[in-house]
Amino acid sequence: MKAKQIVTTRRALVTGLASAGGLLLGACSKQLPPTYGNVLRMGDLLTYTAHRFLLPRGRLAKEYAHGDITSIPAVGTTNPADSHQGAFNADNGPIYERLRAGGFSDYRLSITGRVSRPGTYSLADLKRFPARTQITKHTCEEGWSAIAEWTGVPLRSVLEAAGIQPNARFVNFFAFDDIAEGIDMFDALHPQTILAYGMNGRNLPLPHGAPLRLRVETQVGYKSTKYVQRIVVKDEFDDLGKIGDLQNGWAWYAGI
Amino acid sequence: MASGWLTGIVEVQAAGPVVAAADARPASGRSTADTPHGGHARWIRVSHWVVATSVITLAVSGFVILMAHPRLYWGATGNDLTPALVELPISRNYRHGGWDQSFAFFPQVHSPESASRTYEIFNDNGWGRSLHFLAGWFLALTGMVYLVAGVFTGHLRRHLLPGADERTARRAWEDFVSHVRLKFAPTTGGPPYGILQKWTYAGVVFLALPLMIVTGLAMSPAMTVAYPFLSGMFGGSQSARTIHFFVFAALILFLVVHVLMVVLSGFRRQMRAMTLGN
Repeated sequence: MKAKQIVTTRRALVTGLASAGGLLLGACSKQLPPTYGNVLRMGDLLTYTAHRFLLPRGRLAKEYAHGDITSIPAVGTTNPADSHQGAFNADNGPIYERLRAGGFSDYRLSITGRVSRPGTYSLADLKRFPARTQITKHTCEEGWSAIAEWTGVPLRSVLEAAGIQPNARFVNFFAFDDIAEGIDMFDALHPQTILAYGMNGRNLPLPHGAPLRLRVETQVGYKSTKYVQRIVVKDEFDDLGKIGDLQNGWAWYAGI
Repeated sequence: MASGWLTGIVEVQAAGPVVAAADARPASGRSTADTPHGGHARWIRVSHWVVATSVITLAVSGFVILMAHPRLYWGATGNDLTPALVELPISRNYRHGGWDQSFAFFPQVHSPESASRTYEIFNDNGWGRSLHFLAGWFLALTGMVYLVAGVFTGHLRRHLLPGADERTARRAWEDFVSHVRLKFAPTTGGPPYGILQKWTYAGVVFLALPLMIVTGLAMSPAMTVAYPFLSGMFGGSQSARTIHFFVFAALILFLVVHVLMVVLSGFRRQMRAMTLGN
């Protein structure tokens, strides 16, 4: 799992080189992820644009048999209440610890932004939606992969229940640790994009993102945010600041 | 670009039959009508250096990506908790121990398990991946232009593909022996190429580089969701990753020998032919 850190030297190196081109591309529209004058981000933007224009829609990721399930490392944050972990958030850590001690019965997922009915959902609320169980491959950007069974509610169902507005373009996820991720509506409405509360037939284990994690089967692993606390639907691109991908040196669109 | 190797053999051997055979078949690549000055056409020079820069950038960024997880597997999946096909002794992540919070998912004896790291791994994939894909775009787009131009100008057929009379083990062996003896022709700075040279360039252009692009795409979740055959044809994304690595190693070997041959056959002449085109 990628580490969250500010990569100032690298950005400084490429910013001067690429500022002209970045301005040109970035100024086109806030509906596309901007490049921030970063030459590396131009390749990612090209990949994103090519994928959205050229790839067929409605295809599902391969689903495997139960016997195909493999061992799977838990990487990145493995406990948001642990102050020694890289992405620890001093405000949310104690909140998470309290929720976990109570078996997450007080957990509430909030959905705000470009939705007609912003609100909160308990785990019981989420489990009342028709569930989807899928045995899929997790592809980590590090280079390894693993197969696991995930059970949860399709993100699409939750967004539709919240009354997603026609101008919604991006869905952003904020976790209990200092991690935030965003995906576009193509990935958000994909039938296999789920908010998972179960893994391999049991409740989502703590190191894998309890009580609720995102599964985006069309992207590499780091887009599948663990420990999701709140969802914000936006009508324009948001780089999510210091806890987002771009300012930590990572591609927003995780690539080819 | 140690060009004129075929001519070299002919001159070194100073033998009639080979000259006659080659002269009798202009299609085998002895015609230099399209390169009157002995250098390379402009589109070849431009694409050569764009591809060369892309490949070197891809090699460096690819190595950085590999350092984050220097283990190779066969099949659909593989990770630190499953057996590796190859473990590469690069980066501090090589055989790095230290796992805790481990637990089994199922009650059976050899159940899949989970574990968390107790250490910070080397991982520069943030810029490594983005640079890799940026260079990949340059390689793929330039490669497509090169192939289309190569077909329409006849460059691929006349200069790269070995002619019918050249596709014999005996001719390849003769060329091999002359290479081992370091017998090189006076450099012309362009085609016609020798037999081994043609096989090598054709292998890079038609096999190795396309295979790198396809095995690269076979690792992408977005691409394999859209086109499952991409990973399926290699037996899984991890198999594709392993092939990607070994073809990378072959291309590095090619790069070393290629540069060595340029030096041995006349560095200044060859570089002028591939830059100024004369």
